[in-house]
Amino acid sequence: MKELSELEFPETVRYTEDHEWAAVDGETVRIGVSDYAQDQLGDIVYVEMPEVGDIFEKGDEFGTLESVKAVSEIYMPVGGEVVAVNEALIDTPEMINQDPYGAWIVEIRPNDAGEYEELMSAEDYLDMLRG
Amino acid sequence: MNGTVGASGLILNEPLLWEKGRKGRRGMSMVESGVPPAPIDAGLCDEGPDFPDLSEIDVIRHYTRLSQWNFGIDSGMYPLGSCTMKYNPKINERMAATPEIACAHPMLDDASSQGVLRIMFELQQFLAVITGMDAVSLQPSAGAQGELAGMLIFAAWFRSRGEKRTKILIPDTAHGTNPASAALCGFTPVPLKSGDDGRLAVETVAALMDGETAGIMLTNPNTLGIFESNIRAIAEAVHARGGLVYGDGANMNAIMGIADPRKCGVDVLHLNLHKTFSTPHGGGGPGAGPVCVVQALEQFLPAPRVIRDDSGYRLADGGPSSIGRLHAFHGNFSVLVRAWSYIRSMGPEDLKKASQLAVLNANYVKERLKGTLHLPYDQPSLHECVFSDQFQHDHGIRTLDMAKRLIDYGYHPPTVYFPLVVPGAIMIEPTETECRDDLDQFVEAFKAVVQEAADTPDLLLQAPVRAKLRRLDETRAARHPCLCG
Amino acid sequence: MRYLPHTPEEIAEMLAVVGKGSLDELFTSIPADCRFAGSIPVPEALTEWQLNDLMREISGSMTIEPQHSVLVGAGRYQHHIPEIVRSLAGRSEFLTSYTPYQPEMAQGTLQGIFEYQTLTARLLGLDVANASLYDGASALAEALLMGLRVVKKSRRVAISRAVHPHYREVVASYLRPTGYEIIELPFGPDGRTDLSPLAGVDGLAAVALQSPNFFGAMEDLEQAATAIHASGALLVAGFTEPMAFGLYKNPGRCGADIACGEGQSLGLPVSFGGAALGMFACREEFVRNMPGRLVGETVDLEGRRGYVLTLSTREQHIRREKATSNICSNQGLCAMTAAIFMASLGGGGLRQTARCNYDLSEYLKNGLIAAGAVPVFSGPTFNEFALRFAGDFTPVRERLKGKGIVAGIELGKYYPDYTGCWLFCVTEKATKTILDTVISEVRG
Repeated sequence: MKELSELEFPETVRYTEDHEWAAVDGETVRIGVSDYAQDQLGDIVYVEMPEVGDIFEKGDEFGTLESVKAVSEIYMPVGGEVVAVNEALIDTPEMINQDPYGAWIVEIRPNDAGEYEELMSAEDYLDMLRG
Repeated sequence: MNGTVGASGLILNEPLLWEKGRKGRRGMSMVESGVPPAPIDAGLCDEGPDFPDLSEIDVIRHYTRLSQWNFGIDSGMYPLGSCTMKYNPKINERMAATPEIACAHPMLDDASSQGVLRIMFELQQFLAVITGMDAVSLQPSAGAQGELAGMLIFAAWFRSRGEKRTKILIPDTAHGTNPASAALCGFTPVPLKSGDDGRLAVETVAALMDGETAGIMLTNPNTLGIFESNIRAIAEAVHARGGLVYGDGANMNAIMGIADPRKCGVDVLHLNLHKTFSTPHGGGGPGAGPVCVVQALEQFLPAPRVIRDDSGYRLADGGPSSIGRLHAFHGNFSVLVRAWSYIRSMGPEDLKKASQLAVLNANYVKERLKGTLHLPYDQPSLHECVFSDQFQHDHGIRTLDMAKRLIDYGYHPPTVYFPLVVPGAIMIEPTETECRDDLDQFVEAFKAVVQEAADTPDLLLQAPVRAKLRRLDETRAARHPCLCG
Repeated sequence: MRYLPHTPEEIAEMLAVVGKGSLDELFTSIPADCRFAGSIPVPEALTEWQLNDLMREISGSMTIEPQHSVLVGAGRYQHHIPEIVRSLAGRSEFLTSYTPYQPEMAQGTLQGIFEYQTLTARLLGLDVANASLYDGASALAEALLMGLRVVKKSRRVAISRAVHPHYREVVASYLRPTGYEIIELPFGPDGRTDLSPLAGVDGLAAVALQSPNFFGAMEDLEQAATAIHASGALLVAGFTEPMAFGLYKNPGRCGADIACGEGQSLGLPVSFGGAALGMFACREEFVRNMPGRLVGETVDLEGRRGYVLTLSTREQHIRREKATSNICSNQGLCAMTAAIFMASLGGGGLRQTARCNYDLSEYLKNGLIAAGAVPVFSGPTFNEFALRFAGDFTPVRERLKGKGIVAGIELGKYYPDYTGCWLFCVTEKATKTILDTVISEVRG
């Protein structure tokens, strides 16, 4: 596992306490997991994703990431309806290890834009990780 | 590595079954029916499966070579903590293979089956007196199914009393099967933290035990090898709120004739015959997980069980309260015969002595390795001891690396990364069937590995080098599963 | 005791190393009120020779001996087991090893189980098979629970009354605390399951049939698959006699989504019903919902082919209460035995043996019909069939027993409507002479 200084936390996305990130892209929000999360989990071998049309509240579990010997649930940073899932992750889950901010998991249409604003900035998230 | 048991011999390569053979070969005698072929509806038929055709010697060489890639207790020391890899006596195999026993058909009447019923009846009684419990069902096929039986009994007990309980307390030192078995029966596991001394505190249990909680599942001695000395008070706290106490008897091998689960306050207990009672693990099974209960819960046991009356031994169906069957017949019967044979061979004194020597061996290894390896819970312990890799972190060496290097020295590694309460756990259970010389040799090998971790860590990172294969790529196996050839 | 290697001197020396004065002192952490009182009340130890004598006495009380011809199946089948199967499966490297957690030391078990999975998938006509479950009955319960996970928002399963009665009991035990509903399906005069009660049932996850079923009848799985799939449910095809798939179409070919059943016929002794072998296979898309262990192929550091346990995140030790099953062990050695048996038999051998079972079974069935018996059901069978006799069959059966033949079991205990009907099984172990003896005894 890497030191925090070796990990990347871009300021273009917002973060949750459970290590998801969210990025606004026009009308929709893309969601993935942070560099810290992928590093903790190690080689990701499988991503369990919801279906397009599924509706979640903020904080709901919407899928899981699996490494060889661990399973980690992933939670919605903001509530909304799933409009797309990243099908490429089915065959190449390692994309999350290689490019955690490029490898989005789901794209949703948010219910409430205010929920995004409540998420942590890169600086706040890093402070949280430093404890 | 001079003087260690690990050495490389000539290991032969062998392809997959279907990569050899030739159509038309046979590995077994074929029977001619001696009657005319009967007509059959061709529309229902098929050409049969695509199996390879092999000769008898093809099959013999194939499996002989495969077996030589395996390590068993008969090969050497197998100190897997929590798994109890003790010697599996050969006479037990002969007992289970007795022709009249091996051909006994389970759909025939009791009068035809007196011998096999007698073995089951006696084993029920032996297990009852060893655990102090009142009644036993031999039906569960493995420890996890024994646990499931226990949880089904919990559910049935509360149903019979018109109570709805939805939660169950499970300590952080529990086997992973505990929460899974409880969840199958509709109980949500509530995790309990053990104390700094590796034991569960009465207050922790009492604070969470309420009228919606069915009770507690605990392993005693626990997976740190430590006896839960507060168990009676814990059981009283659970009983006081109308709950039941489930004892995971996986570690019964530490306390036969020494501690009495019944007196500890346990209501339901399962045993792993493949651990305590010397039946072989067979590379993953078959096991046997009999479930033992106090009298108040007897009516809920899986059925049928064997009883004895004037007419001899017979199978008795369960009453309306029984949780029903868990197996098409009587569980892994041939495993039951082996456990019966073991108990008859050991007798009362040597059963107790087996527990005493298992504990002596584990304490001896603990004493001799402490200082070499980090001992997170320095407490009186019983049949197993748990170290960690903390001292090796500075060299960039983890538990897995030491485990793999032990293979080169000719030992099966201990259990690693379990229990979860110890990060980087190394859990050693030598069992009573290892002699002092072999324990000393194992300790020296482990010390040599630890020395290498400091001096030449690359040897550990590259290990094993003497096994048939080097480390295997588990990530690749999981990312792109190839489960069928 | 020969299993305990310690001499008194060694015990004393080891106690000195650990700083204890006696063996009892090792147990001071056990409170007095938890102590076992007195000596364990089990019989005194026996020598190996005394144990042999005792077993001779016990086996002598078994009235059915190995040389008897047992024309009874109903879930356990007497087939020939070649000596190589016993000899290879008894190798101690297989017998005395643990679950293959250290793959470098367990490639024998791992490749052997990978081969078992492959042969099982081929036998059952499905994409993937697991490393085995406890027995056919618990495999069926696990299959139905899997169906409930796969089919979203489902809450019911259906099971045919022609499934082995004990299997139905096990399914009921597993499902009772879950709150899911079990619908029992009747069977018709052909002995095949009647699916009509399923019309209009919603929330159905899976329908379990057994083929050959308890009466020996082959279900029409193809037609059932079409109907069941139309309702959105899965077809679970159970079996107790896998030898049938050497002759009849296998479950996958007929459209089953999951096939599961008992593998005892494949090289395991009857042994009063255990050790058993739960075989379990399904279509690839469901693999992550499958219960039980799986072995997968991979490579080592040097790129050489090898095998490991894989997809373990489904299992209890990782996913704990959210696991696909609580199962931990498999029936490892039984699976290995079945693989050795299938390898010895080969594809051609399985076809020939299955055909031999069918021909001999038809010979007895037709012979008894000619002698006045009436078939209870009209559908096609494999190596078991049910008959009704004009008079009481019990005295005939007693006379046959005197001639070393155990002929059939009565169905009334399991199906009161069929009291007086008898279920027979004929495998390749039966000879024409034996079958002629049965026929002539019935003819009287």
